[in-house]
Amino acid sequence: MADNNKFIVSHAPFWHDGSKISLRNYNMALAALPAILLGIIYYGMPAVGVISLSISSAIIWELVFCRVTKRSITIGDGNAAIIGLLFGMLLPATAPWWLVIIGTLVAIIIGKQIYGGIGGNPFNPVVVAMAILMISWKDIFDFNEALINYDFDFAMIYPLAALKHFGVSAVDSFSTGDLLMGKQSGGIGSTFGLGLIAGGIYLIVRGIIRWEISLSFLFGVFITALIFNLVDSARYAGPVIHLFTGYTLIGVFFLATEDSSSPVNFIPMLIYGAGAGLMTVLIRNIGVYVDGVIFALLIMNLVNPLLDKIKPKAIGKVA
Amino acid sequence: MIKRSFIGLAKPQLKYGSLEDTHSLKQISTPKEITLLSNCPFDKKNLLFKKKEAVKTGQKLLLYKESDEYVVSSVTGQVSSISSYTGDFGRSYTAIAVEVADDEEIDDEFKSAAGGSKNATLEIVKNYLAFVPGNPPVKLFSDKSKPVNKIVVCCADSDLLITTNQYVVKSYIDAIKNGISVLKTITGINDIIMVASQGQMHELSATGEKVEQVNDTYPSALPHLIMKDILGKVVPAGKSPEDIGVCFISAEAVASIGNAFSNGQIPVTKIFTLVKKDGSKLLVSARIGTPASEIFKAFNITLNENDRIIFGGPMTGSSVYSEDHPVQPDTDAVIIQDKEDIPVISDYPCTNCGDCIRVCPANIQINLLVRFLESGQYEEAAEQYDLFSCIECGLCSYVCVSGMPIFQYIRSAKYELDRANTAEATNNG
Repeated sequence: MADNNKFIVSHAPFWHDGSKISLRNYNMALAALPAILLGIIYYGMPAVGVISLSISSAIIWELVFCRVTKRSITIGDGNAAIIGLLFGMLLPATAPWWLVIIGTLVAIIIGKQIYGGIGGNPFNPVVVAMAILMISWKDIFDFNEALINYDFDFAMIYPLAALKHFGVSAVDSFSTGDLLMGKQSGGIGSTFGLGLIAGGIYLIVRGIIRWEISLSFLFGVFITALIFNLVDSARYAGPVIHLFTGYTLIGVFFLATEDSSSPVNFIPMLIYGAGAGLMTVLIRNIGVYVDGVIFALLIMNLVNPLLDKIKPKAIGKVA
Repeated sequence: MIKRSFIGLAKPQLKYGSLEDTHSLKQISTPKEITLLSNCPFDKKNLLFKKKEAVKTGQKLLLYKESDEYVVSSVTGQVSSISSYTGDFGRSYTAIAVEVADDEEIDDEFKSAAGGSKNATLEIVKNYLAFVPGNPPVKLFSDKSKPVNKIVVCCADSDLLITTNQYVVKSYIDAIKNGISVLKTITGINDIIMVASQGQMHELSATGEKVEQVNDTYPSALPHLIMKDILGKVVPAGKSPEDIGVCFISAEAVASIGNAFSNGQIPVTKIFTLVKKDGSKLLVSARIGTPASEIFKAFNITLNENDRIIFGGPMTGSSVYSEDHPVQPDTDAVIIQDKEDIPVISDYPCTNCGDCIRVCPANIQINLLVRFLESGQYEEAAEQYDLFSCIECGLCSYVCVSGMPIFQYIRSAKYELDRANTAEATNNG
């Protein structure tokens, strides 16, 4: 009898556009792939090891935390994998195994889960982990020392460190083309500029990251570096060096755009991006750290809730 | 179902349905039993009629003592049951089932009261035509506290897939003309605007009334956006268009009023768009009160466990739990969704991706609002995060990456606040 059928009753709307958190994350992994592949080509198996360990340990930490706190298991959404992936991309290929595991522990537990999991984190988990590790084990993140045993057909120096310690003349040998092709020392997945830009454009076109943040970040780096360069071109490198070295590009397309820790309104997104760009160059040029992206992002994550108060007026709102 | 395009940077383009891909009108024969639903809560003691009472087609049935709520029987027969029916948010309705007799008799009370179009009065429309197809908001015309000074006739359909009003405009343009002149006579309002889609502009311009064109992308044809974009009047948050003197009425309702006066008979046949599981659309005409199961039988549609029946459009309609749910005067569409096509609603938290912000036509900070709604802080949501600016288009839920039922949260928050306010008013009063 037809009357025995039970129907699904729920509220409107009855359509959905089919977007999913897991799809977003897998697309993000896809976009990161070119940069990682080049890193693996340059650094070989150690790079594969770091990336794999980073992804798998991030997933395991998430699983462990969900089990311990008796929450539903969320590793299927790909977010832990993405955190592990991006974290691995920032590390030098020689990073020891315990550092990777501690890093993902910090990222997943302190960066994300203690705030309630996905969507609740005020800071980008990857950035939190990097900041803590960079302060705790400074030497490992000295890319010149870490990658000393690699010998390539390009100058194996970390451009930002050279810039900091020896001035602009030390980075003259880097051509823009070489920087974009990843012919520089750095994190496994953070040196291949062209790959990161291609991935970023893919994510922007797919609507997965917000172009306003990326573009204003680039703009912020460019303008600030340009001003410094115009004031004293002997001490401060030009904008191109700042745009294509260190964590700038991975920060622009993959770290700054993390959903939960970035604003969503138009003007706040522009301020957030430009502010991160400005802070990055300030830290690089007058701060003590070699690269400023990580700390710039932490600061902007902190300001994010305030920025998002600048919001358009809802229609029909009185006063 | 329209899915997100590969290029996700662009806003979703949800185009309104058009008559071109809709199959022509099919009539459903009168079923053995129909059910009339009245918005009045069921109240056995004050009922004005009993079971077994004979009714004629077009007969007005006053429901309760000291109330002017009525339904109009769409068939001839006898009342077989009067019961309570519970709808969305626990709202209570009175359901009157009528068993259909073999011979149809037309009630002539309206005819003798109305006479012809010339003698149309507000009183007659209010007393006889509240339950006609299209559900005209007749009470608004006589509400002294909110005087209406402009009438908007919606010739375009407000939700996706639906082509009901478009069909009515195409087929019953004379009835609409007549209906508009009746409206002018009874309300004394000459400021009547027809809002139409591009394809209807030519046809409607010929009527000599003022016609404005509405965009073909959802949610342009929702009343609040018509107010804002076409009339240039923004409805204050939490208010409705009638609060600022504008009354919306569907083309079908106008046609029903026109037909009622020219034929001397209350119209009882509702036209609606039927959308089958495979997405094919057809127009159906059936007596008001026809149960959904009769419609499915007529078109050989089989429903399985866990499918969904939707009364109304895919964005703003409501799903029903029984195949017996009747066609009502405002049922513009009946949609059947296969269980495979039902999107999953999840309890995932908001990830702050901002898709809803970009799609919201009312500029609401949904990412923040939803956090308050989830934790039941409705008053904060209303005061600080523009809950009442919501124009209820449902796009936020449609695009939500987390699959949150945002629109449902918003509606239940509004409902809870309304309930709290009512309770407070009663206690104070």
